[in-house]
Amino acid sequence: MIPFFEARGLSFETAWTVSTIAEILLIALPVMLAVALVIYADRKIWASMALRRGPNVVGPFGILQSFADGLKVFLQETIIPSAANKGLFLIAPIITFTVALMAWAVIPFNSGAVLADINVGLLYVLAISSLGVYGVVIAGWSSNSKYPFFSAMRASAQMISYEVSIGFILICVVLWAGSFNLNDIVKAQKDHVWIINGFVANPLLFPVWVMFLISGMAETARAPFDLTEAESELVAGYQTEYSSMAFALYWLGEYANVLLMCALNATLFWGGWLPPLDIPVLYYVPGLVWLIIKICGFFFIFSWVKATVPRYRYDQLMRLGWKIFLPLSLFFVFAISGYLMATGHFA
Amino acid sequence: MIQAFAFYLFTAIMLFSAVSVIFARNPVHSVLWLILAFFNAAGLMVLVGAEFIAMLLVIVYVGAVAVLFLFVVMMLDIDFSEMRAGFIKNAPLGLLIAVVLLVELGMGLGVWHAGALQLGVANGASATPESLSNTAAIGALLYTRYLFLFEAAGIILLVAMIGAIVLTHRQRSDTRGQNVGRQVARRPDEATVNVKPAVGQGVTL
Repeated sequence: MIPFFEARGLSFETAWTVSTIAEILLIALPVMLAVALVIYADRKIWASMALRRGPNVVGPFGILQSFADGLKVFLQETIIPSAANKGLFLIAPIITFTVALMAWAVIPFNSGAVLADINVGLLYVLAISSLGVYGVVIAGWSSNSKYPFFSAMRASAQMISYEVSIGFILICVVLWAGSFNLNDIVKAQKDHVWIINGFVANPLLFPVWVMFLISGMAETARAPFDLTEAESELVAGYQTEYSSMAFALYWLGEYANVLLMCALNATLFWGGWLPPLDIPVLYYVPGLVWLIIKICGFFFIFSWVKATVPRYRYDQLMRLGWKIFLPLSLFFVFAISGYLMATGHFA
Repeated sequence: MIQAFAFYLFTAIMLFSAVSVIFARNPVHSVLWLILAFFNAAGLMVLVGAEFIAMLLVIVYVGAVAVLFLFVVMMLDIDFSEMRAGFIKNAPLGLLIAVVLLVELGMGLGVWHAGALQLGVANGASATPESLSNTAAIGALLYTRYLFLFEAAGIILLVAMIGAIVLTHRQRSDTRGQNVGRQVARRPDEATVNVKPAVGQGVTL
């Protein structure tokens, strides 16, 4: 976008600043709008799986329900518990929300359409997603209340456990793509198996993708791994003491994280902005549309799981992370690097 | 211009938060300041063109080590007056460590200034060889020239990890764990009995 602003008579540095800000807005605003719609979609899917109607009052088919909720929450009073650590109590939801938006900087929306085309893009995503836990931990501690504190403990242990296996899973993808850059990873998936664009068609990488999907649910603390906000044990977990906009920021951040996880699934394993099959006619559809279709598909899977699978017990969660996913993902790192060495992929 | 601005911003925040780690009254605040210092150090590394190290710093230290620090510190019930009581006793040791660190830093900088070390320049122009990305450059060095040192470091870490597990792991006989394999292998006919008791007889268990 820099040449566009330079053509309008700005110097390079000004054009760079203006275009970066414009690109950030171009990503952040649609993501926020998508989050509002996705919350509605989540409730609708959940409702129809439970044979209910779901939100159907505000706007046609209740589509404006999220905006009505947002307005309601915005007008509520912000309550800060008197025993809370005020500064940290208010910073915590801001951290969650900011971190949820930050990782979108490296997601490629089309061949050249990425805000920061850095060559360690995947490591950046891993780094930013590991920051997300601080919003929860700080909230739990600063609320100075028992249930949020339990929730913070659970969140930190859960996040660390699943980041280990996610790290190994990402290494499998990086080994095959030969790059940490997300755009290069998407391009490496072209014609991966026959005419299918996407690592998922590869028999060695398909089980890795299944593990990534499940670990992603655990990493975003989404059902069935939502032990940090298990209402039957912990009231509402780390959000217990929050009200008004601070509470809304947690909701927005949580769903932005889920959308990001869907985008990562699409980008790393399902060919990102590439069409699913390498047929010339499919390239007439813009890459952004393919990416959005894939993100919506994954979000449907996330909702589906939330509506149907009961919540894990904490020891089961730890067992799944450490005793199943960690050895399995390590095995696949060995298997894939062995296969790539044997077939001379790195020649 | 933007680089200089970012450099001074990161440096100022990092120095301030590093000082705050020591002066914060609450240990949880100390850890949070420490995290901010790590984060800004990563920003400085990005500025000199070492983005791989910067990301690893955030992933390893901010994402894992500091979370565990926070985990432990949050659970401790710390008595602040007791903590300050040992200050005079520990001050000489602390000063000694500080002097050692300062000397090491000075020696490192001196060697660099004398030209014995090849490092990147401040604007990141020669941090890595031309035409090679950061990650590839580090990998090429680690897995060729420093392969044995790298593997030795890996083995030491592995031994340390196994040692820590052996020291802390204890078999407990008073808890009942879930045996998932046994549960899954269990069939309905061995777990349930279908009885048709005569009316008025009831069931004997």
